[in-house]
Amino acid sequence: MLSLLRTMWIIFLHMFHKRETQEYPDVLPQQPPRWRGRIILSRDPDGEERCVACNLCSVVCPVACIALQATEDGHGRRYPEFFRINFSRCIFCGLCEEACPTYAIQLTPDFEMGEYNRKNLVYEKEDLLISGPGKYPDYNFYRVAGLAIGGKGKGEADCEEPPVNTRSLMP
Amino acid sequence: MATIEIDGKEYEVEAGKNLLHVALSLGLNLPYFCWHPALGSVGACRQCAVKQYKDKDDQHGRLVMACMTPVSDGMRITVEDPESKTFRATVIESLMTNHPHDCPICDEGGECHLQDMTVMSGHNYRDYRFKKRTFNNQYLGPHINHEMNRCITCYRCVRFYRDYAGGRDLDEYASKNHVYFGRFEDGVLESEFSGNLVEVCPTGVFTDKELKKHYTRKWDLQTAPSICVHCGVGCNIIPGERYGQLRRILNRYNSEVNGYFLCDRGRFGYEFVNSSERIREPKLSSDVASKSDAISQIVGWLKDGKGAIGIGSPRASLESNFALRELVGKDRFFNGLGVKENRLASLALKILREGPARSASLNDAEKADAVLVLGEDVTQTAPMLALKLRQSVRNVPMESLSQANIPQWHDGAVREFAQDSKGPFFIASVKATRLDDIATETYRLAPSDIARLGFAVAHHIDESAPAPSGLDQETEEAAKRIAEVLKNAKKPLVVSGTGSGESAVLEAAANVSRALCSSGVQAGISLNFPECNSLGVSMLEEKGLEEALEYVNANHPATVIVLEIDLYRRGALEEIDRLFEEVSQISCIDHLENRTTANASAILPCGTFAESDGTMVNSEGRVQAFYQVFVPPDPIQESWRWIRDLLLETGNAKAKSWNDLDDVLESLASEIPDLAPALDAVVSADFRIAGQKIPRQPHRYSGRTAMRANIDIHEPKPPQDPDSPLAFSMEGFHGKPPSGLASRFWAPGWNSVQSLNKFQEEVGGPMRGGDPGKRLLEPIPGEASPGQYYSSIPAAFSPEEGHLLIAHVHHIFGSDELSVHSPGIDELRPRPYVAIHPEDAKQCGLDEESEIDVPAGENSVTLKVTFENSLPRGVAGIPMGLPEFPEAVAMSGSFKVQQGVKQ
Ligand code: SF4
Ligand code: SF4
Ligand code: SF4
Ligand code: SF4
Ligand code: FES
Repeated sequence: MLSLLRTMWIIFLHMFHKRETQEYPDVLPQQPPRWRGRIILSRDPDGEERCVACNLCSVVCPVACIALQATEDGHGRRYPEFFRINFSRCIFCGLCEEACPTYAIQLTPDFEMGEYNRKNLVYEKEDLLISGPGKYPDYNFYRVAGLAIGGKGKGEADCEEPPVNTRSLMP
Repeated sequence: MATIEIDGKEYEVEAGKNLLHVALSLGLNLPYFCWHPALGSVGACRQCAVKQYKDKDDQHGRLVMACMTPVSDGMRITVEDPESKTFRATVIESLMTNHPHDCPICDEGGECHLQDMTVMSGHNYRDYRFKKRTFNNQYLGPHINHEMNRCITCYRCVRFYRDYAGGRDLDEYASKNHVYFGRFEDGVLESEFSGNLVEVCPTGVFTDKELKKHYTRKWDLQTAPSICVHCGVGCNIIPGERYGQLRRILNRYNSEVNGYFLCDRGRFGYEFVNSSERIREPKLSSDVASKSDAISQIVGWLKDGKGAIGIGSPRASLESNFALRELVGKDRFFNGLGVKENRLASLALKILREGPARSASLNDAEKADAVLVLGEDVTQTAPMLALKLRQSVRNVPMESLSQANIPQWHDGAVREFAQDSKGPFFIASVKATRLDDIATETYRLAPSDIARLGFAVAHHIDESAPAPSGLDQETEEAAKRIAEVLKNAKKPLVVSGTGSGESAVLEAAANVSRALCSSGVQAGISLNFPECNSLGVSMLEEKGLEEALEYVNANHPATVIVLEIDLYRRGALEEIDRLFEEVSQISCIDHLENRTTANASAILPCGTFAESDGTMVNSEGRVQAFYQVFVPPDPIQESWRWIRDLLLETGNAKAKSWNDLDDVLESLASEIPDLAPALDAVVSADFRIAGQKIPRQPHRYSGRTAMRANIDIHEPKPPQDPDSPLAFSMEGFHGKPPSGLASRFWAPGWNSVQSLNKFQEEVGGPMRGGDPGKRLLEPIPGEASPGQYYSSIPAAFSPEEGHLLIAHVHHIFGSDELSVHSPGIDELRPRPYVAIHPEDAKQCGLDEESEIDVPAGENSVTLKVTFENSLPRGVAGIPMGLPEFPEAVAMSGSFKVQQGVKQ
């Protein structure tokens, strides 16, 4: 009897608590930045595509829902010719983000991806690419890589000596 | 044998081998860089350190380089002790100090020996915080990409390129940590084997530039064991496909055939598979038709009272050729070899059949201790044979190694010891060849004189062999010298082939090998056939294009079915034109548009080698199976399937039982007993391991649920493969399959091509379970061997004022029909020319700007003159097989020099 009253009392007190129910979609929830939602492709601080088409995200993906093809611009910079994620298969495990050596692929807090038509869950590069660097504002892979690209010759990356003169006999 | 102890475990191993070789053969994981099973040890990288102990009580031991330490009985070694482990981790750490941060954009990534070894030696974090040295790269031609920053100075590239392949234009420059591997200046790599740098270099310095155009990681390639289709050698290859495109070709090891290497024609010649000139739809008089319409139309023609003939192909499988033979009947089937080509091929086949010399595999060629090359420019017609022959000159100097107490694998010491001494190697050719640098003597002669030299050599070995009359003093002396050397060799080899276009040359080669055998020497003979299945179709059918044309003139068949050949490359223009006039309906089954398909009334689109299964016979007489790599889009299907469909439509009873390729091969074996061993060369389609098929896709194959999602969100069922034990899927048995079914080389921790070690019985030895392929021709040795000396010796060539004799010249890049579709090969190939000696040119009043008319059958072609100093006087070199110059096939004999119209 007593416990019954106590329970009713507790329930009564709840009327004065802050409400847990969220008025979604009228009130949008605040997700933490590391939430694993819709995947995007980011750009480096220079505004260029970050993805270098290394295929690591696609190979790590447990459901194999990332497909891409590497290509190069005229100056040796590698980027994906196409980049496709089939979100109807994606399990939002975040392994692609972990595997990505360039911080290009990132999971975002957005989870509002419901579709009536499965086909609309196939995202191409145009749908994935955002205009900024996402969660990692500074990293610029081509600045640290040894590959020469347009605007960055040999020896011009971070922490590089100028190219060796192979004809020199100096010790 | 020796008993050694490694990490406390005892092993029985072969004494005298180096420890690294032994450890890897035992399946242990020991990191290495500079050692290569085909190149031997030099001890340059210090990566293979292990500890060796004096005796049982020795607690300290000392670090030794496994690759430089011969195995001896009672040896005690540790690989896993902390000190050698730290040593190896430190070595790789220092190798990596300047290594760029490139893996994600490096084409080696995912199949990089450096990545593998870094992980294996436990160097997980990079501590180097200073500036890295950098290099500028070079342009090395259309095939090889250069990225020097990634070099770890293992010296493998120059050791392969210079020491092994005889190249001159790749070298090391500068000193200390500035050592640079490249050319003196930018330019196309000269060696025909430069593509092997891709596999030899353990890092991403030299990578495949053709692959780079459509780059795909190793783990994303669908692969299957296959055979190169670009010459008669029949190298084993692994082609890889992604997104319906063939993306690259890697070597597939076969210790009897190509071993570790491929030539550049084979490696980079695959673009025809992706060509825009592919035939993709059935056509009836150049209009796209449905499969059933095309079939019923052709069958309609077949049923016409006047009957049909079939022309087979030396570049189609035995099965497809056999199916066509079944369709038209044995008497009406012709093998598709051109007039001269067929005579030469049947002669060569007769020689190989009769023996008594055994046809040499490439491995045998490498082991020969005296070589005579008669009239074949091997580097251009059978490139990999040339690479193997190049190694043969090392055998004689090697014989005295044991006295000097130097093991054969000790490459640095061996080369130091041998210096420039080389075993005997004689080349008689029309012009300079790429093997001349290793030759003891070279003779530049007209084809008939090459034959005469050969006949004379045979006569000097065995008196009873006929001698040419009126031989000049110089040639007589040369013949004596060659005969003397060959007679005293243990494993002499005579090399010739169809390349010279002269049957007397083949006969002379046969005489030399017969003479050697009858004087008790174990001689080998290697006769090169022009294409990947020339020997196979010759065994299937003797009658060639010549007989086909005769048959047409006599019997006027209603229709001709042409299987995978361009008739215009095989016969004189006017003859083929006449064929098209004579026969109202010509049907082609082919994969590329060519002059023949352009005139055909019906075309059925067939798969290339990468889209079909089958067997082919190489020049050695080895029948080898190739497996389909990927499924082409409908309605493209294998040639034999098209023919089966035709057969079914005609109501043929046998074809009803042809459900898969095995059934076709079985019919073939029962009808043509000579080819029955082919059954042993293939693994039958119902073979399973643990109830599973063998997957063509690696277990890491990515993107399966996205690659087609833009077309259809529902993933299709993987295509079934009724014809082989392989599956178009990543599911199946992922252990080591039988040697002939190895679709790729991979082992845990070994992602690069070096994982091959795990697939061999012993490193550098045969594949586990025996090398795939089956020899068809084993001649009866000794007395009982049939046949006799050839005795129709041609007259000596005497140049006639103002006339030139046509001699065939072959080009590794250009003479092959299919590989020229690769842009890189097209870039490197010559354009039509006529090569003449500058003195002849002067006599005829020609300069290098001149053009002359060269007769081809009833027509003539105007060709640009180039000077070639090495040609004998009175001989004109004509390049064979160039795509814009099919008339070359009809050029022979001598002609009068006439200036063409100067442009
Ligand atoms: S892992 Fe990153 S850089 Fe590599 S392909 Fe994926 S998104 Fe691009
Ligand atoms: S060579 Fe190997 S380790 Fe070096 S960047 Fe390329 S993949 Fe990475
Ligand atoms: S280029 Fe490659 S093969 Fe040559 S030394 Fe450097 S790492 Fe070794
Ligand atoms: S030698 Fe002949 S078979 Fe071998 S790779 Fe070259 S072209 Fe192909
Ligand atoms: S592999 Fe032994 S030192 Fe290089």
